[in-house]
Amino acid sequence: MARIKSVADLEKLRTEILARRESERPSITLCSGSACHATGCGPVAAAIEQELKKQGLGDKVDFRRTGCHGFCEQGPIAVIQPEGICYLRVKPEDVPEIVSETIVNGKRVERLLYADPATSEKIAREAEIPFYRHQQRLILGQNREIDPKSLEDYLAVGGFQALSRALFELTPEQVVDEVKRANLRGRGGAGFPTGVKWEFTRRAPGELKYVVVNCDEGDPGAYMDRSLMEGNPYAVIEGLMIGAYAIGASEGYVYVRQEYPLAVSNLEAALAKLEKYGLLGKKILGSGFDFTVRVHRGAGAFICGEETSLIKSLEGLPGEPKPRPPFPAVRGLWNRPTNINNVETWANIPLIINRGAEFFNSIGTEGSKGTKIFSLVGKVNNTGLVEVAMGATLRDIIYKIGGGIPGGKKFKAVQTGGPSGGCIPESLLDTAVDFDELTRAGAMMGSGGMIVMDEDTCLVDLARYFLGFLSDESCGKCTPCREGIRQMLRILTDITRGQGQEDDLERLQELAETTRYASLCALGKTAPNPVLSTLNHFREEYEAHIREKRCPALACRELIAYHIDPEKCRACGACLRQCPAEAIDGGKKRIHVIDQDRCTRCGACLEACPEAFGAVSKLSGQPVPEPLPEEKRCIG
Amino acid sequence: MDIGTIDQIIDRHQGEAGSLIQVLLEIQSKNNWLPHEALVRVSERLNVPMSRIRHITTFYKTFSLVPRGRHEVHVCMGTACHVRGAERILDTVREVTGVGPGETDPELNFSVETVNCLGCCALGPVMVVDGQYHGNVDTAETAKVLKNCTCK
Ligand SMILES: Cc1cc2nc3c(=O)[nH]c(=O)nc-3n(C[C@H](O)[C@H](O)[C@H](O)COP(=O)(O)O)c2cc1C
Ligand code: SF4
Ligand code: SF4
Ligand code: FES
Ligand code: FES
Repeated sequence: MARIKSVADLEKLRTEILARRESERPSITLCSGSACHATGCGPVAAAIEQELKKQGLGDKVDFRRTGCHGFCEQGPIAVIQPEGICYLRVKPEDVPEIVSETIVNGKRVERLLYADPATSEKIAREAEIPFYRHQQRLILGQNREIDPKSLEDYLAVGGFQALSRALFELTPEQVVDEVKRANLRGRGGAGFPTGVKWEFTRRAPGELKYVVVNCDEGDPGAYMDRSLMEGNPYAVIEGLMIGAYAIGASEGYVYVRQEYPLAVSNLEAALAKLEKYGLLGKKILGSGFDFTVRVHRGAGAFICGEETSLIKSLEGLPGEPKPRPPFPAVRGLWNRPTNINNVETWANIPLIINRGAEFFNSIGTEGSKGTKIFSLVGKVNNTGLVEVAMGATLRDIIYKIGGGIPGGKKFKAVQTGGPSGGCIPESLLDTAVDFDELTRAGAMMGSGGMIVMDEDTCLVDLARYFLGFLSDESCGKCTPCREGIRQMLRILTDITRGQGQEDDLERLQELAETTRYASLCALGKTAPNPVLSTLNHFREEYEAHIREKRCPALACRELIAYHIDPEKCRACGACLRQCPAEAIDGGKKRIHVIDQDRCTRCGACLEACPEAFGAVSKLSGQPVPEPLPEEKRCIG
Repeated sequence: MDIGTIDQIIDRHQGEAGSLIQVLLEIQSKNNWLPHEALVRVSERLNVPMSRIRHITTFYKTFSLVPRGRHEVHVCMGTACHVRGAERILDTVREVTGVGPGETDPELNFSVETVNCLGCCALGPVMVVDGQYHGNVDTAETAKVLKNCTCK
């Protein structure tokens, strides 16, 4: 590839790439996102390369490794084109068969296809699998067509068309205007209108301005930003460049958490390639626009996702928030005007410029336009990344796409918005996902974490979990946040241990109000949300802990006991072998008994007891039945 | 860790004070932890006071001021992993290794850390041992993986 110095160069190159791809060559696409790496896509890739060579197909079949396809739980995922056949949980030993059967003979390998859990019917094509069929993957969908290390792949799907349109057909004001008319709202949490924010920075006085990608993604349980950065770094950078042009910035930063090594390395590789081809640097595409990007790795602090704290961190300082105003748009990085947007926000920009504000406005609800990517995780059958048009209901996402709750359990709540969000109970499942509707339901859009919980999750414990997280992550600069969270955490911990007091709920409410009112940054201001939303929707669960010393979900360790039902015990010894505390007494033909004083409540016995017997159970809020006298323990 | 390597890292960042965190991250990724002499050198070369370096290395969780064990165990405590039983995984890790989060045993066998999300939430609970991911782990598998480490 030669340096790309003009739009004509770019289009010529694109035509060449597409011409080369015209031929109907079969191809294998293997997901190589982080989750698929964890489930072993590396050895599968090696097997594919080897097998293609062995069967003499090296130059007749394309092989591409891409970013996350979304259906992470079923990884490693391989898609065979042109038919679009999707194979799940592929292992290296499956590869010879895939190549000789599917590629050479055009036949399907049945056992690797998706099986509908209800009907056991096999579904071959990716597009027809329910998990994908109900999504609208405008942003994430590109992932599976792009090898993140290949600029050619990105150009083949129309990459940098939006940039050249912005640079040569639109003035910076027109670009800002287009984004404003598209009604794009920030995907990082607060949902502030992106175009309006750009305009602030554009209008702020100063020669040197900065644009920043926020890829800190501190929200535990959410990973859509990571998948975009790993899978399609070019789209994020293209969006950033368009924003820089519109705002009048010449330098950009990408702040990536260092727990995401693949995102860092794919991003760095993409930047190096763009510099090499002249798509970053001076006079981009022959225009007057100069732009460079630097990568900054975060060092593991949730608070660094907050914009004023992120700026501190970029400057090499501890990430402690500052009061606003002045806003970063006026005084940001090194006191210069700075515009920070979330990864997904930036990734939406090329789409808006390419397809126009009207198109974008035609998707979504009145107040929230476009699509949103969610990380659908927890107690749900199909876990992974899901992109839907705004306005889809929680019920559709959890049941149609997510396939419902595993193991025949009952749905209990879905938590959205991360630590600053809230829990939504079953009665509100028809809520549409939209910035305003979720807030009305007492939760939040947040960055897009969607954690599904079944009847085994205790929501008092969940509130305690979030407060524990926030207490660890508070920067400690202001007292209401530091101490408010700590005290709420202490009360919640006591409640989950059965040491709750009658007036605890009142005290929680008071502490919540004060912390919300008096904290400096949004971490402290929103920290009470997990408490308030669970108190609001699941108050009886709190009361059971406090008054009856009972955990209705049978989850809080201090409030439960394990018990072996003498009627059901078959003296098989499975639990006894697993118990790490040697708390189980039993033997051949002797009914097993748990010594409650020694038991650490680890639950290994319950897991170990064969399902057919089901002799081990959990009790809460009631005394454990006395063990049988020795002479009655003999069976058979 | 020798001064030459540290200087090289600093030079690559053009000795800018703003790159302090990036420099420390690189030193740590080479050496596994941050020895006092390394911090002194960084302080001299980047011209930032030791007090600020202390503040940074204690504020950000990634940094370790003590040597780490031969086997690094990371247990994800993110929300997705939490609702699928991460706490029990951490208990098992503690039992098998004798080490709690943020600690290293005296023989330098294991260092245990908790992390807030590894971005593999679909596979929760997730544990990483020496860079190798283990998804959907239960207590029995956790114990097995760790015992394998000590046998080697
Ligand atoms: C404690 C805290 C953590 C945050 N973490 C993130 C984050 O990880 N990623 C992100 O994009 N925004 C995060 N935000 C929001 C940012 O401060 C900022 O609003 C956002 O990056 C702006 O981008 P947007 O307008 O595109 O949403 C966080 C905010 C707070 C208060
Ligand atoms: S509200 Fe909490 S996190 Fe925010 S500045 Fe205050 S102490 Fe720090
Ligand atoms: S809960 Fe754990 S410690 Fe208690 S009896 Fe069962 S296996 Fe043993
Ligand atoms: S990482 Fe492969 S599907 Fe998500
Ligand atoms: S919450 Fe554990 S990997 Fe995301």
